[in-house]
Amino acid sequence: MSRSLKKGPYVHPSLQKKIEEMNRKGEKRVVKCWSRSSMIVPEMIGHTIAIYNGRKHVPVFVTEQMIGHRLGEFAPTRLFKGHAGGDKTAKRAAG
Amino acid sequence: MARIAGVDLPRHKRTAIALTYIYGIGRSSGEQICRKLGIPEATRVQDLTEDEINRIREEIDRNWAGKVEGDLRRIEGLNVKRLIEINCYRGQRHRKGLPTRGQRTKTNARTRRGRKRMTVAGKKIAPSKG
Repeated sequence: MSRSLKKGPYVHPSLQKKIEEMNRKGEKRVVKCWSRSSMIVPEMIGHTIAIYNGRKHVPVFVTEQMIGHRLGEFAPTRLFKGHAGGDKTAKRAAG
Repeated sequence: MARIAGVDLPRHKRTAIALTYIYGIGRSSGEQICRKLGIPEATRVQDLTEDEINRIREEIDRNWAGKVEGDLRRIEGLNVKRLIEINCYRGQRHRKGLPTRGQRTKTNARTRRGRKRMTVAGKKIAPSKG
């Protein structure tokens, strides 16, 4: 079930506070953020948010197209480097 | 010859079903169009009168503009392109050709991943490589 429209988009209160503060002062600073479920709202455009992926903060520059997506969608939590011995074709060619 | 919304000409089929050959129209939309225009769903396409065909054509041109065939495909493509460009999770799944909505990929997911690649045991049976 989707979130009630009455409530508006979810943004973590502390993140919202920081964004508002920066917009008021007109400054640009990388904001560290742990709230991956926060939605990207128009106020965040042009800011860089460092989104936690469980290990480190991934800096993401927010653009207009990203509105409506969640922060976590831009900071992958898994690192896949391919399967062990995945390159079977090369092995067969050599042997 | 019924040619509606570009290149579609199914025959012999019941009208409601035949309409589903148009990209963007499924079973319920097909039935809906028939009901709205007062054409019995069971009428075969070849038995439709010229007037009925024109009414279907007009209905689709007017009320389904941008929701069928080329226009729909283009819109879908643009949506996928957007997801890929903003580098979000769904975009990355599209790029890799894997399911985008959290389905398992340990097994299944054949629609997105394509036909099953042959295993080592399968290769022995088919000695195409020599």
